[in-house]
Amino acid sequence: MVNEILIAGFGGQGVMLMGQILAHAGMEQDLHVSWMPSYGPEQRGGTANCGVVISEDPVGSPVVTEPTECVVMNLPSLEKFESSVRPSGHLFVNSSLCDQEVKRDDIQVVTIPVTEEADRLGNARVANMIMLGALASCLPNLPFDAIKASLRAVLPERHHQLIPINEKALERGRELYQQQ
Amino acid sequence: MDQDLQLVKGNEAVAEAAARAGCRYFFGYPITPQNELPAYMSWRLPELGGVYLQAESEVAAINMVYGAAGAGVRVMTSSSSPGISLKQEGISYLAGSELPCVIVNMVRGGPGLGSIQPAQSDYFQATKGGGHGDYRMVVLGPSDLQELVDLTYESFNIADRYRNPVMILGDGIMGQMMEPVRFPELLDPQTLPVKEWATTGRGGKRKENNLINSLYLDAEACWEHNQKLGEKYRQMKENETRWEILYEDAEFYFAAYGTTARIVKKALESLRQRGYSVGLVRPISLWPFPDQAFASLAEKARGYVVVEMSMGQMVEDVRLAVGSELPVEFIGTAGGVMPHPSDISDKMETLIREVGGHK
Amino acid sequence: MKAVFTRPQALSDQATHYCPGCLHGIAHRLVAEALDELDLTERAVGVASVGCSVFTYNYFDCDFQQAAHGRAPAVATGIKRARPDSIVFTYQGDGDLASIGAAEAMHAASRGEKITVIFINNAIYGMTGGQMAPTTLEGQRTTTSPSGRDVSLTGHPLRMSEMLQGLPGVAYLARVSCHDVKHIRQAKQSVQKAFEVQREGLGFAMVELLSNCPTNWGMTPGESLKWLEENMIPYYPIGELKTPEAVTDHGE
Repeated sequence: MVNEILIAGFGGQGVMLMGQILAHAGMEQDLHVSWMPSYGPEQRGGTANCGVVISEDPVGSPVVTEPTECVVMNLPSLEKFESSVRPSGHLFVNSSLCDQEVKRDDIQVVTIPVTEEADRLGNARVANMIMLGALASCLPNLPFDAIKASLRAVLPERHHQLIPINEKALERGRELYQQQ
Repeated sequence: MDQDLQLVKGNEAVAEAAARAGCRYFFGYPITPQNELPAYMSWRLPELGGVYLQAESEVAAINMVYGAAGAGVRVMTSSSSPGISLKQEGISYLAGSELPCVIVNMVRGGPGLGSIQPAQSDYFQATKGGGHGDYRMVVLGPSDLQELVDLTYESFNIADRYRNPVMILGDGIMGQMMEPVRFPELLDPQTLPVKEWATTGRGGKRKENNLINSLYLDAEACWEHNQKLGEKYRQMKENETRWEILYEDAEFYFAAYGTTARIVKKALESLRQRGYSVGLVRPISLWPFPDQAFASLAEKARGYVVVEMSMGQMVEDVRLAVGSELPVEFIGTAGGVMPHPSDISDKMETLIREVGGHK
Repeated sequence: MKAVFTRPQALSDQATHYCPGCLHGIAHRLVAEALDELDLTERAVGVASVGCSVFTYNYFDCDFQQAAHGRAPAVATGIKRARPDSIVFTYQGDGDLASIGAAEAMHAASRGEKITVIFINNAIYGMTGGQMAPTTLEGQRTTTSPSGRDVSLTGHPLRMSEMLQGLPGVAYLARVSCHDVKHIRQAKQSVQKAFEVQREGLGFAMVELLSNCPTNWGMTPGESLKWLEENMIPYYPIGELKTPEAVTDHGE
């Protein structure tokens, strides 16, 4: 079983961190993993995406071109990556920032207004964790506790006071996924 | 889970592997996409009692490496393509003066300022001697982060064994991506053999002066020096050639190194699933080039497709190794664009069709 | 028989290749005497540069590295950082230090590298056959300024010591001359101080020695000394530009 996950958004939305948590959780489950960022010269605000491969066999190419799971956190990412999702794959859409219908009918679409949900939790910056909670819920290889443990491992220690709100966000994401 | 596994970025993996190999000195200059490497060294080396120093230029950095290598310590520098161009003078001097060191190139698109995305367009520069004079250095092209760690560690041994610079040729992706790796034990440089030739000051221990030098003004003496170096390069060829072959019984082969080899593996598996008899030759040492790998397949192989993130550089070495009897096709991308697995498999299917191979 | 004059121990027993009347020999001697008198030879690692002094490593009796053109201060940095107990010095001409190696000299000084730089300024490229140097005086004829240096074309001669003077990393800086005995004695004091500064770990130390080039200036040795005094010293004033308090004043 191979999950090839693509997570896209704009710089500052925490898409790189989402991918790193997934990769770390996969490693903790004795799976083979890779994490690969796209990168541009800008440090903030540009488009950002990362590809994560989680596999029972050694990872061949770390380059994700046809994701089995794809997350788009803003409209440019939806426009860019909708067509790349593998047939019958999952597309997770942040509907707070994607004012556009998904055209594909051969994929599973999960629509969550994570930016609004994060505001409701009191911290706009945990939108990524709500989405990660939803995404992780459709990855049977990664138990939810492993995601939580990896959040702690990947988040720099100076941000550890934020772990409770991030965990709450992960759980909210799972709830929202299950409601769909 | 395996407690020794750590999820790290490639640039940081090289840095830690070097520290584990006893490297305590690093001189560099910022350039994307290798900046995490010096950043890691800037705290890690002082923690281990070593020195990290940001030089005023790549030119200064490689000459600081020269000084420290001549003083007998394990030392390293890293950069990316335009910066490596600036270091070429120093690399020639290091080779001429027979100084061991490790140079990392996380290659980006070129020529000129190029792009900051991954490329393999510095293959000629690395393997054919980007600097002046008749010199060689071992160039290693790992394709995943564990191999990057292992080869970085080993590169310090190779450098010391031959008193010669060694280059790790990665690419922007390798520097930026993360994978789980297992690091070797931390080596205490005090336990390494003393370099009797190093300029440490005589220290009251010897009568003869040590001299680090590449100047042989007398032509005969310079010729003799080149013969000595040539013999060393011959030994490197004999002992330091590394490669991997996937599916030794195949009829058609890809040849690719580094990150590209991983993308090729994806194309390879899809072709094999469709019944094609294809394999992969993956050079690990780019110099010395593994001619033997191609020779070992000579009886069975019917054609090659070389894949590079360049306009075609290693393909010339493959053609030399394979000879003119077999078709050697090339497909490449440049400037930071990565090849797509389906383009790669299409190229191979076309070759197989043309040669009249079968599924 | 009693020896009244001997070679300093830090000089090797080898005849130099320098032209007759060249002051490199005296400069070498001053460095060797400083190493002898401060008892630093066993710790010394010299860095030879590119220019007439390219063979310096043959003339000193201590460890040496040969550097690429202009890079001696970077090489010295690498040695000193790897072996802080070594006494590391570079020996560079004005083409090497003030032209192609200006950046390396400037930044080694700026970092306060604990090295000693011996800078020989004779206002011309010697080894390559008398071309214009950054230090060539206005109006001075060289093979590449045959009508004399035209400052509107090539700028003004570079005063390297004054450029370095403002850098906090510089602990000792002096310009001296070797054109007569009195000045050679002053030069000796400065060279010695430049090594003491390193021994005490106070920072970057440089001595600029005004020197001659009878061959490429097209003069007899005697004429060249007079020319140095009358033309170079007015533009390159001699004296200590910077001294740390901790260094003893040997004084005359």
